[in-house]
Parts: sequence; C-alpha cells; structure tokens
Amino acid sequence: MGNLSALTPSKDFSYKLKNMTEKELAIKSIGYRKNILKYIFHANAGHTGGSLSCIDILNVLYNHAMNVSPENFKSPDRDRYIQSKGHSVEALFVVLAGKGFFPESDLNTLCKYGSHYIGHPTRKVHGVEQNTGALGHGLPISAGTALAAKLDNRKYRVFTLLGDGELPEGSNWEAALTAAHYKLDNLCAIIDHNKLQITGPTSEVCNTNPIDAKFESFGWAVRHVDGHDLNELKETFDGLPFTEGKPNLVIAHTIKGKGVSYMENVIKWHHGVPSEKQYEDALSELDNAMVTIPDDF
Amino acid sequence: MGAVTEIEQGKAKANLDVFSSTLQDLAQHDRDIIVVTSDSRGSGKLAPFGQKFPEQIIEVGIAEQNLVGVAAGLASCGKKVFAVSPACFLTARALEQIKNDVAYSDNPVKVIGISAGVSYGALGSTHHSLHDYAVLRAINNIIVVAPADNFETEKAIQLAAKTDHPVYIRFGKKAMPLLKEVNDDLFEFGKGRVIAEGNDVVIIATGETVYPALQAAKKLKEQNIAAAVVSMHTIKPLDTSLLTALANKCKAIVTVEEHSVYGGLGEACASYLMQHAIFKPFRIIGIPDEYTVTGSQQDIFNHYGINEKGITDVALGLLK
Repeated sequence: MGNLSALTPSKDFSYKLKNMTEKELAIKSIGYRKNILKYIFHANAGHTGGSLSCIDILNVLYNHAMNVSPENFKSPDRDRYIQSKGHSVEALFVVLAGKGFFPESDLNTLCKYGSHYIGHPTRKVHGVEQNTGALGHGLPISAGTALAAKLDNRKYRVFTLLGDGELPEGSNWEAALTAAHYKLDNLCAIIDHNKLQITGPTSEVCNTNPIDAKFESFGWAVRHVDGHDLNELKETFDGLPFTEGKPNLVIAHTIKGKGVSYMENVIKWHHGVPSEKQYEDALSELDNAMVTIPDDF
Repeated sequence: MGAVTEIEQGKAKANLDVFSSTLQDLAQHDRDIIVVTSDSRGSGKLAPFGQKFPEQIIEVGIAEQNLVGVAAGLASCGKKVFAVSPACFLTARALEQIKNDVAYSDNPVKVIGISAGVSYGALGSTHHSLHDYAVLRAINNIIVVAPADNFETEKAIQLAAKTDHPVYIRFGKKAMPLLKEVNDDLFEFGKGRVIAEGNDVVIIATGETVYPALQAAKKLKEQNIAAAVVSMHTIKPLDTSLLTALANKCKAIVTVEEHSVYGGLGEACASYLMQHAIFKPFRIIGIPDEYTVTGSQQDIFNHYGINEKGITDVALGLLK
C-alpha cells in the first residue's frame, strides 16, 4: 500500500494523437452503424440499441484517442480498451475490423455455430483485451491493468466502457475505491449513459443518480460529454488526465438506438433484430445522414 | 491425533508459514511477483512480505471481487500475481471473477485460499470452505491444488509462480509434519505422490487429511494390512493413471478430504473409476451434507472420522 500511493501521476503521454478530421470521423460513425445493423440482421441476434449508443465513443477512442493498432497490439506500451458492457460487442467488432485487426467478412459468422465472433468480447478475436460479458467486471480488471502501468512506470492508459445499467453491481464501487486509492489517473472509465436498460429507464430500475457526485465523492475526476458529439469526445479524451492523481470518469450522454429514428429511446431495441423492411429503412436513413455531413464542422 | 515423532514435530510448520517464506524468496529475485490482499496480510502471514517488498504488495481492502479482478488485470500485464484471501470468501464471493476474469480470460492469477476447509473451525460455516474443490472443478482452465505438507506447499508455490495459466492453491494454518523423511521426489501439478506402499487398500487423501491417512496406514500395518497412501495434492487435473494403477492392485479404496463429500476428490475418483469399469469397494470420507459441527479443526475432523481411527475403521469395513 504505502509506497504505491506516492508514485507520480503519469501526465506526459508520449503517444501523439492522430488527427482525423471531424468529417472523416463522422463518415466512420455512419459506416460503423450500418455494419452493426448488417451483422446483427444477418446473425438474427445482437444488442442493437446499446451498440448504436456507444459507437461514437468507440470511434473516437480507436481512431483518435488510443495508441492501439494491429501492429502494436503485443506491445506492453499499447493503450488498453476493456469493454465492461460486453453485450454491445457488435460495436467493438465493427471498429476492430475497421482498424484491420481481422477481415470484416469474418463478421458474417457472428453468433454462428463454432464462430469466435460470439455475443460478447472474447480474446479469441484479435484486438480484444479481456473476455467480458458478466457485468461489473470491467472496472476491477481495468484498475489492475492501470496499476500494472504505475508499477512498471509505463505510460499507457486504460479505457473501459461501462453501461449505466451495470452501475448497481457492487464490484464497480469496490474498484472505484481502489482506483482512487492508488491514484490511477491513467485509467479512464466511460459510462455509456443511454438511460435505458432491459426493464426500463435506469432511474426507475435502480436510481444511480447523481452519478457524477458519487464518483467525485469516491475521489474521481468527472466530465460530462455528449456521447454523440465527436468533437466534444475528442476534446474530452485529449484532456486526460483531467486532474493529476485522480482516475477519470467520462459520463457520455447517449441515446439508445442512436442514428435509426424508430429505434431511438425504444426499449425493445435493447436486443431487437430488425425485419428486412426495417433494416432497409435504417440503411437508407443512415445513407441520407451520410450525404448531409457538412464538409467541415 | 496419534503420536508425532520429535523429528516431525521439530520440522513442522504451518503450510501458511511456508507459503509466506517461499513468496519472500521468490520476490527477492523477481520484481514481477505481486501479492494482492484484501485486509488479509495478517491472516496470510504476509506482514513480513509487506515490510520487505512494499512495492510488491497491493492492498484492496475487504473487497474480494475487486481483489480477483485487479489481480486479473495485473496478471494480464505480465505480473506473477498471488491473490490471497481466506478460501471461504475467495471461492464463493469472488467465484464469478475467478470463473470469468481468471479462468475464462486465461489470466494466470495464482488464487491462494488461506485457512481453507475447516481451519477456522469454531468460527462457523461462514468461514468454512467445503465447496471450493467442487465449484472450481466445474470451471474450465484452472488447476486445483491442496498441498499436504511443507514440502508440497513450497513446491506448489514455486511451480505456480512459473505457470502461465490459472492455479488455485488452498491450505490451512495448522503445523503440518513432513510426510516423508526425505523429499527427493519430483513435484508436479497433476501427479499424485505415493507416501506409503501397500496392496490391500489404497487411501487417497488431499491437503491436511493426508497426515491422518498416513497414521491410519501405520495403524492398519499393526493388523498386517498393507495400505497405500497417496497425497493427491492436485484435485484437478486428477492423476488418473496413478489412480488406475493403485485401484487395480488394491482390494478397496478410501478417499479423504477436508471438503464436502459432494463434488470433491472422492467423487472425482469415483466418477473416473466407474466410467472406466474399475469396480472396487469404495468410500468417501469428508464433511457430510449437514450443518457442520463447530469446534477446532481437529474437533471437526474427529467428529466426522477424519482421523486415524475413522479412516482405519472405514478401511477395515471395506476389507471385511
């Protein structure tokens, strides 16, 4: 315990961020959304709403904020991403495929017999750091991973995506204590705060509000962000660590089913699969959105 | 308990103490050795480790789920992590973390269950771990080990430090005499140790029940019954070739464990033998499915016949 608390916070990240334009990122987001729908439609299974709510966050993480790629995936200095809300695996798979971790066509086997592309993240898929799926596991593992960086004086950061519905899991709060105790400012938890879970609004199922005050009282530095505003997400991650010596929490306000109007904020799309007609409608809505992306914004 | 020779008494230390000193030896030469504790450095005899290697011990407070999750994260970055907590809490409260974060994700955490079985005898069932073999046997990708004496404990800890896959090791806190005068045999996970030879009955025991099994074998010898005694320190993977060889040459088989009679060493042996058509009189000695009696570990052992007399009587009954 003692000496570890005295470790210096890691402020100077040697990794220089890439500069993808807003337009390039926006095009990627739409492409990812189309792929999420495509593979869920073909698999006839998947967590549609949550994948659409977190995809912009993953886009900015993998294409802007994080130093991770197929080339450096074995490096001990790579940034780590651990998806605690494992059920939104389609979002992770389409982004990893886009980064070149595996051929996108592999996703045609999603949820098929014997496929490695199952309904939750698994390390059998290149690019996945940890097997997740049971909720409340990502934050403790991420804290341990961030702690290892401190012990070895490495500069990598650890990003972990939590669902707002998994916050009642007690293990999150155990890890929140540990992360603050060991001053893990190289840890960034992001809550995909789409405010819905399978039974209903999170505030009605088990009210965890105010999330910010809870984490702040645990010793975290907290930021709110529009989880679909790519620019805001970029700026937020560029500002890490928010406070030296404190673990970082980004509360990303999102819309479940974002991008497909008939899915937005509708609970049945938690793991609903679109019909052929619905699928086509969704694709044309996204194609229209692609056309209307401004040149610079 | 039967007589323990002076030499044996002189050598006897708790496996817990050997665990602690072995870890210190390892940490001396390897900065990647990390101990993670949940307010358990006292009960784990790890205070000296913490004093000598303050940067190699991580305290998470009383939070076993977090203990195992943090350990998994550390292990994924190349740390040789010993996650130490009383076996009762570690393998029940944090079972999902052991299942997913350690075993399924193949993070090579060394899960160390201290004061296992009924070591905390008088503290009652909350503090007993009589389920750990059963639940961990049913989880893929974790080795389950219960060393019997100081030799096996030292070897198990050294081996675990070198192993790239998950291992669970549990032991108690009572002084355990050495089973053999000379320990020159190889210690490997998944290879039982034959402590005594004999062709009449084989007593297969694990952890701290091997010693009373050996005492029973000595007692049986007085009646001209030759009992083989095996320290089956690895419950999973089970040494099925040794089991088969001994079962084929003996007239009866007794298993002994500090665990529920359900799902542990005895049922693992019985299942294997039955499925391989090796039918011998067979009895499992362990803790029956009832509200466990309380008292010291020895009181509980005596109550359920996990002692020289109990094991002797069961063996004699099978040979009648």
